[in-house]
Amino acid sequence: MIKLLENETIEIESIDINLWYDDVQALKDISIKLPKNKVTAIIGPSGCGKSTFLRCINRMNDLIKTCRVTGELLCGSTDIYGKDIDVITLRKKIGMVFQKPNPFPMSIYDNIAYGPRIHNNLNKNKLNDLVEESLRSAALWDEVKDKLNKSALSLSGGQQQRLCIARTLAVKPEVILFDEPCSALDPISTTRIEDLIGKLKKDYTIIIVTHNMQQAARASDYTAFFLLGEMIEFGKTKIIFEKPKQKSTEDYITGRFG
Amino acid sequence: MVRDKYHNQLIQLQEKISSLSELVKNAIKESIISLQDHNVEQAVDVIKDDIKIDEISTQIEIDCMRLLALQQPLARDLRLIVAIIKINIDLERTGDLAVAIAKVTVAIDNEIHIKPLVDIPRMATVVCKMIDGAQRAFCESDSDLAYDIAIFDNEVDALYNQVWREIMTLMIENPHNIRNASQLTLIARNLERMGDHVSNMCESIVYMVTGKRVKLN
Repeated sequence: MIKLLENETIEIESIDINLWYDDVQALKDISIKLPKNKVTAIIGPSGCGKSTFLRCINRMNDLIKTCRVTGELLCGSTDIYGKDIDVITLRKKIGMVFQKPNPFPMSIYDNIAYGPRIHNNLNKNKLNDLVEESLRSAALWDEVKDKLNKSALSLSGGQQQRLCIARTLAVKPEVILFDEPCSALDPISTTRIEDLIGKLKKDYTIIIVTHNMQQAARASDYTAFFLLGEMIEFGKTKIIFEKPKQKSTEDYITGRFG
Repeated sequence: MVRDKYHNQLIQLQEKISSLSELVKNAIKESIISLQDHNVEQAVDVIKDDIKIDEISTQIEIDCMRLLALQQPLARDLRLIVAIIKINIDLERTGDLAVAIAKVTVAIDNEIHIKPLVDIPRMATVVCKMIDGAQRAFCESDSDLAYDIAIFDNEVDALYNQVWREIMTLMIENPHNIRNASQLTLIARNLERMGDHVSNMCESIVYMVTGKRVKLN
């Protein structure tokens, strides 16, 4: 992995992460380095631990009482599971976009302004600028600029998902976690989100969990294959999808199991 | 198996490549026998039968396109389909070269060859052996065998150079030989090209098995 990532800056590093739900072990000794300003896809069959691992990165698993984590997870030099970590600040730094678009039941404008109003004390003009900038970055501005006060729920599924991305961008994160962001979207909206991910990596580090193999192949620079809680293979996406090293990776991506 | 139908289609595609290589091999054998025997009728059959080669080849291309579009193959399946697309082209071209030989036989008709045909049939034998080996390497996903088979192209090239030198000498000796000599040179050249196509097929097989892009001729 050292040679593989020699020209990359590492944003997230996981060292021997183990995770249990009660006594069921969901992650086993996951050690992986995720490069900055790159898209890393995590693939694997259902129940392989990919979403669990993703949720470790911004401590969403804290919300599950029976969940126990050991090992070390670093974001830059910050120990994500360190004692002094403020989880709210952590989740601002490491944003997340979920499978189903989940806009707040409020206006488009307020959805984006919600985070900045909590985290920063911005005046009206600066807030307006931030809302516009976030919507532009999420490739949604042109479609909603004339109806910012309309309910976010009036948008289509694909637009709602981009709104959620804009909402994540508004708090200026460094890392964005995508948990199957396109599984509830039609092909055109999916393409838009994929294009967007490609553009966002210039400014953010992106980690995406997806069941859609072609999406992983199209959208990511690096791919990690998880199976039964273990990371089986990590490598450049083009290699993983053309000639993976591990047989189980090849069997999974060619549909021989999973 | 999760994607049975898709994987069965891949197996059928492999079988079609085997059928195609059998047809091509027969076309080469018959084109050389008809050349040796001055059998114009047999040569015409080789020319006519090329349509079967073209049909299977077109069908293989359609099947590959369909699998790419509908199944989005990855990893070993993707490499297999890419290899099949390339091997298909090489086999079809090899079939065309056999037709070119048959056409020369038709043109020569009963004209007596300026020399006994020894090295030309030998070239054809080596090429057919290469096609057999490549077919086995393909079916058994054996990249080592593909490397070994490609080496036989050196033998084909050596025989070609020998034939060429010999024919040149005969042409210099007697300008009346030029007509038949240039036709035989053309045939030898076609067989030499066939060896190159089979080497290309071996490269595709190495890629299919190992993911490595190699140059073998």
